Amino acid sequence: MKRNNIAIFDYGAGNLFSLKAALERNGAESVSILRKLNDLRGFTGIVLPGVGNFDPAIRSVEPFKESLLRAMEIAMNGGVPMLGICLGMEMLFNKSEEGTLDGLKILDGEVVMLSKRVKIPHMGWNNISTTDRESKLLQGVSNGSWVYFVHSYYVKPTDKNIVIANSVYGDVIPALVENGNLFGTQFHPEKSGAVGAIMIKNFLKECTQCS
Amino acid sequence: MPLAKRIIPCLDVDNGRVVKGVHFEEVKEAGDPVEFAQKYKSQGADELIFLDITASQQGRETMKNVVCKVAQVIDIPFTVGGGIRKLEDAREILLSGADKVSINTAAVKNPELIKKLMSIFGRQCVVVAIDAKKNIRGTKARSEISDQKYWFEVKIFGGKTGTGIDAIEWAKEVETLGAGEILLTSIDADGTENGYDINLTKSICDAVRIPVIASGGCGEPRHMLEVFKQTDVDAALAASIFHYEKSSVGRVKDYLKNNGIEVRV
Repeated sequence: MKRNNIAIFDYGAGNLFSLKAALERNGAESVSILRKLNDLRGFTGIVLPGVGNFDPAIRSVEPFKESLLRAMEIAMNGGVPMLGICLGMEMLFNKSEEGTLDGLKILDGEVVMLSKRVKIPHMGWNNISTTDRESKLLQGVSNGSWVYFVHSYYVKPTDKNIVIANSVYGDVIPALVENGNLFGTQFHPEKSGAVGAIMIKNFLKECTQCS
Repeated sequence: MPLAKRIIPCLDVDNGRVVKGVHFEEVKEAGDPVEFAQKYKSQGADELIFLDITASQQGRETMKNVVCKVAQVIDIPFTVGGGIRKLEDAREILLSGADKVSINTAAVKNPELIKKLMSIFGRQCVVVAIDAKKNIRGTKARSEISDQKYWFEVKIFGGKTGTGIDAIEWAKEVETLGAGEILLTSIDADGTENGYDINLTKSICDAVRIPVIASGGCGEPRHMLEVFKQTDVDAALAASIFHYEKSSVGRVKDYLKNNGIEVRV
């Protein structure tokens, strides 16, 4: 088996090329883009990307929901890591104001629209403030680092302990959640320059350790 | 902490090579897109925009390869515009690795395209480029700034063709249709290096709630400071100031930061 064999799930909604390139640049030996998630054996890490809309994305994982939920449970228990980026993180929660379908309900909480007081989408570079909780993804990332956001909705986890970093845009928005080896970023690490590269390397390091 | 103001170098690409136009005409050759992209990224560019000004179909195939190569080496967002006429063109560019597509003439000719792109790829992928030019004739709605003896007309086909459409009204419409961002170019200011058109930029920013990128006229860092101080614009685009190394992205950002503008440094 390859040392770091990463799967990116494809909802069929756009650009996965730059995410794949970012994983490869930062040390993944092999990156597969999958339209089906029936069989996740052999992968050392799974990425749910951040392009598309809530309902179509939920519909696209529906046929593989059982295997996906199992993989998420494993990740939360410290097994094969999983990273949800932007929409890929929002899907982990109960429901979203962007759609009408149920989320995957693996993390408790809701996804709500950004404050009407600010321009939507939240598009551009904003800084993150880290909480005092231990983080695997933020090893080597300093408080106040700039990361790239593009989103109109944000997550409100019931369990505040999973929030590792916040950002301020209209309201305080959770920027990074971690639960065991289940990671979610509201921003796009693959588009966040050198800071994002550190986080991707950290994710891949966890993937290596669990393989 | 507010969102950082973005500095965006723009690269006009003709048949796979970076060129710089003045007043939308007369292009001079200036270099390799991938090299430029890497250079600007390392200087601290927040984003890049590639405008494909190639006329031929064959040239547009070349653009897809350029996009692919750029996506492999670049870890900041980039937008590709120019020559995107239909949904399929946009899809090909996005699947080649671009984060956003910018549409201009096609959006005016077929506004439904904005809606279609938004529903498939999401609002954040859809940039509508508006090329605006002062017009003193006609009885169109005047710009909302009082005392102006002109209005801003939307131009298409690289600024050559008038549409009779008021740029402010058009900006509001593209927001409603699903644009995630507006790339606003003043044709009057473009290539002059005398500064951005503040009135135009302010009028459009005040009319919409989506991010706006100011473009056209930047000749020195001071022009960026002006547009950020005097309007609510989110990003400033420039080309020649960076291409001909009159300044670098890093120097511009230091200057802005020292003058109280929030930037990513």
